[in-house]
Amino acid sequence: MIDTLRLTAEDAISLVERREVSTAELHAAYLGAIAERDGELHCFLRTCDEPHGSSIPIALKDVISTKGIETTAGSRILEGYTPVFDSTVAARVKAAGLSVLGKTNTDEFAMGSSTENSAWGPSCNPWDPSRVPGGSGGGTAAAVSAGLAPWGLGSDTGGSIKQPSALCGNVGLRPTYGTVSRYGVVAFASSLDQIGPVAKTVRDVALLYSIIAGRDPQDSTTAELPEVVALPEGDSLAGVKLAVPKQVADLDAIEPGVRAAFEAALDQARELGAKVGECDLPLSYRYGMPCYYLVAPAEASSNLARYDGVRYGPRVAGATFGEMVDHTRDAGFGPEPKRRIMLGTYALSAGYYDAFYGQAQRVRTLLIREHREALDGFDAIVTPTSPTVAFPIGDKAADPLAMYACDLLTIPSCLAGLPGLSIPCGLSEGLPVGLQLVGRQFGENGLFRLGHALEGAIGFDTVPERLR
Amino acid sequence: MSWEPVIGLEIHVQLKTRTKMFCRCAAGFGAGENTQTCPVCLGFPGALPVMNRRAIEWTIKLGLALDCEITEHAVFARKNYFYPDLPKGYQISQYDLPSCVNGKVLLPTAERDRVIGIVRAHLEEDAAKTVHVGGRTGRIGGADASLVDYNRGGTPLVEIVTAPDIRSADEAKRFLQLLRQTVVELGISDAEMEKGTLRVDANVSVRPEGSDELRTRTEIKNMNSFNFIARGIEAEVERQIGVWESGGAVEQQTYDFDAATGTLTARRSKEEADDYRYFPEPDLVPVEPSRDLIDALRSEVPESPAARIRRIEPALDLERATVLVTGGLDVLWDGTVAAGADGVAAANVIANTLVGAGVDPGTAPAAELAKLVDARERIPRAAFDEAISKLAEPGFSADPYLVQNALSDTDELGPIVDRILEANPDQVEAYRGGKEGLLGFFVGQVMKETQGTADARVVNDLVREKLNA
Repeated sequence: MIDTLRLTAEDAISLVERREVSTAELHAAYLGAIAERDGELHCFLRTCDEPHGSSIPIALKDVISTKGIETTAGSRILEGYTPVFDSTVAARVKAAGLSVLGKTNTDEFAMGSSTENSAWGPSCNPWDPSRVPGGSGGGTAAAVSAGLAPWGLGSDTGGSIKQPSALCGNVGLRPTYGTVSRYGVVAFASSLDQIGPVAKTVRDVALLYSIIAGRDPQDSTTAELPEVVALPEGDSLAGVKLAVPKQVADLDAIEPGVRAAFEAALDQARELGAKVGECDLPLSYRYGMPCYYLVAPAEASSNLARYDGVRYGPRVAGATFGEMVDHTRDAGFGPEPKRRIMLGTYALSAGYYDAFYGQAQRVRTLLIREHREALDGFDAIVTPTSPTVAFPIGDKAADPLAMYACDLLTIPSCLAGLPGLSIPCGLSEGLPVGLQLVGRQFGENGLFRLGHALEGAIGFDTVPERLR
Repeated sequence: MSWEPVIGLEIHVQLKTRTKMFCRCAAGFGAGENTQTCPVCLGFPGALPVMNRRAIEWTIKLGLALDCEITEHAVFARKNYFYPDLPKGYQISQYDLPSCVNGKVLLPTAERDRVIGIVRAHLEEDAAKTVHVGGRTGRIGGADASLVDYNRGGTPLVEIVTAPDIRSADEAKRFLQLLRQTVVELGISDAEMEKGTLRVDANVSVRPEGSDELRTRTEIKNMNSFNFIARGIEAEVERQIGVWESGGAVEQQTYDFDAATGTLTARRSKEEADDYRYFPEPDLVPVEPSRDLIDALRSEVPESPAARIRRIEPALDLERATVLVTGGLDVLWDGTVAAGADGVAAANVIANTLVGAGVDPGTAPAAELAKLVDARERIPRAAFDEAISKLAEPGFSADPYLVQNALSDTDELGPIVDRILEANPDQVEAYRGGKEGLLGFFVGQVMKETQGTADARVVNDLVREKLNA
């Protein structure tokens, strides 16, 4: 009997390699878990019945194009769209022998922090199904926590990997911008989108990152990794210096329980030999959010223009081309993409460009500089990943600004293009709390070493209490 | 009041790269509809553009040939609008940071070179091709359906924008001839208007002669030959002068030129102003060519057509020099003259007989041509024409043609000339009344009668002698 709730990807691979379990048996075990629990959780939009690889299964967020498998990005406007090509990340996981287990739920076009914006209905948090799993990659994160997949890939624009991992109690990495190809991943905001792994352990995350990372000739914004990905070992943090941004102390949005778990994690870091100091990110916390909500919607308004009903996806007829496009987009997009298309169109309009998009890009340059200076003398910046634990479904659905605030702590480093790792660091009100570690550009190996040592000391049980 | 036209041109040149601008699909004509397509040029979700290195290099090369500054940091932007031929909902185009700026083209004139400023030359991707089925106009409005062929979509296109430095329709035409020749000689485009690989829009305004104001301009599109461009501009200049002189004001407007009727039709004005919401294309990195690359490309740029016109002009005249250079004939002319032929005679033979016979000037042997030019009045016309038409054939030798002698015996030619004069009493009377231009008519008739075997010089003299008798 395979216990998918506890099985890490690394252990699963070694079971397959030792021929104790076949690829088919493993695939079937996860499909069994999905059959058992996904009716309640709704992590998967569709599953693949047959394994095609030689190794273990993987769940892919539904923004990742998979040849021959419907890819909707959580939107009606892509209903029935089946890519004729694999995204680079899908091709790389397949080349590594992994089998696509299924496509996981996401907020429409990865726009959201709860999966409630999915056209196909929300996913639920395995720790408490009345609560959200976070978003936009809630499907992948919830699936990994509920033992429905050993690991998965998400995409992160302003926190869509890190925040759901925090809310579901697993490990998520948003890599350095440019280390993982975006080719074939449905675009939300091109200058921010990054693909990254979600798993139960830091080692699993590092392993999956090693499979997907590296320059891709099909994505001009990718770079070769300066060093090979090393699977982390050891449990010491001697000599490691962590920085807590000054501003975190004053953020009222951070729930007391989250703060307590965060402080406890810092204490454990100190016990392992780390020094915890302070850094200053005044502009990042003050302007990060408004900057993000100009840059991301502006790029989204352009990226989503291709969904016009001409070449693929559903088409709603109209008397003229313009009418057809209007009707198709009106019926195909949900409220959140429409809201962001309007925001972005406005920010890019003649006469407003300089004050909005242009200004936001200048601010972004300042945030990059500010982060570089903040990291000077430190190995990582640490904060809680999310200011809150998982919130009840429906709680923030009617209040976009409250929803946007979920990404308060994850957005600044995304704008700076820096890698961020979220690891579980305890519980508050019986729900997981995430710890965010932000490193230098291409500093993934450092984050892995840090995260691995901390995760060992914290000893968080990633299996939701109600499923143990 | 006398009016001065102020004309600027926007020229699109389709590059003949093997593949498209941002994907590796074959570029070019002739394949079945939508067979040269892929996820990138069809705008599928997640597909990303990757620049065509050759297209970038060719754009820089063109910029160098147009005496432009090559920018060290060029940026592709997105131009956002909805249209069926635009699969991504935006066109990727250089915008405020183009690859080439501040150039110029010298236009040789009888007095001195006219300088036509080149504001910019930038690289962009072409749209797909739309066919509107049904409806009256062939345009999207009123059509029953629109069919899109994405083969052309994503082909690299260079847009060249001139300053409003052009002052007449004729000047516009001569500028375009020089520009086209430049592009063709760089080997970067076929630049054929009828195939759409060269497209020209003209911005036209007029102002009182001597003034330096810039009045409201209009744009003329849809002109598919240099002659139509000249006619379109002439028609628009005339229309604008009429508007101003009747106390009206020219309104900003776009016109289509109908070559069949020679008329301009205003396009339906748009309800709102275009706002393309340009912003830097985040899927691409800036174009930052190295000094070494620019220098290497500069060394590949041939002598400009304008400079060559000026160089060969002293041996000819501006008109002939221009015809030779813009026709790509001057290299052959150079060789023919170097082989000993008379310059003017060689120019006339090349520009008229050789081009008329469809002979490729690139493969015609200059030394053999020189012999023929030299013997052109000595050998029978028919033999000369035949020799020229076979000039480019492999192993061609002029020698067999040179030994053929023209009919120059006045005893033989005399009666023929008499017959011609007798048969055309009206023309004879007109000639004697002072219309001396008719001489050519009589000579032509004699040449026809002798099937081109007569010596033209002898016939010429004989006809004149008999008419003046």
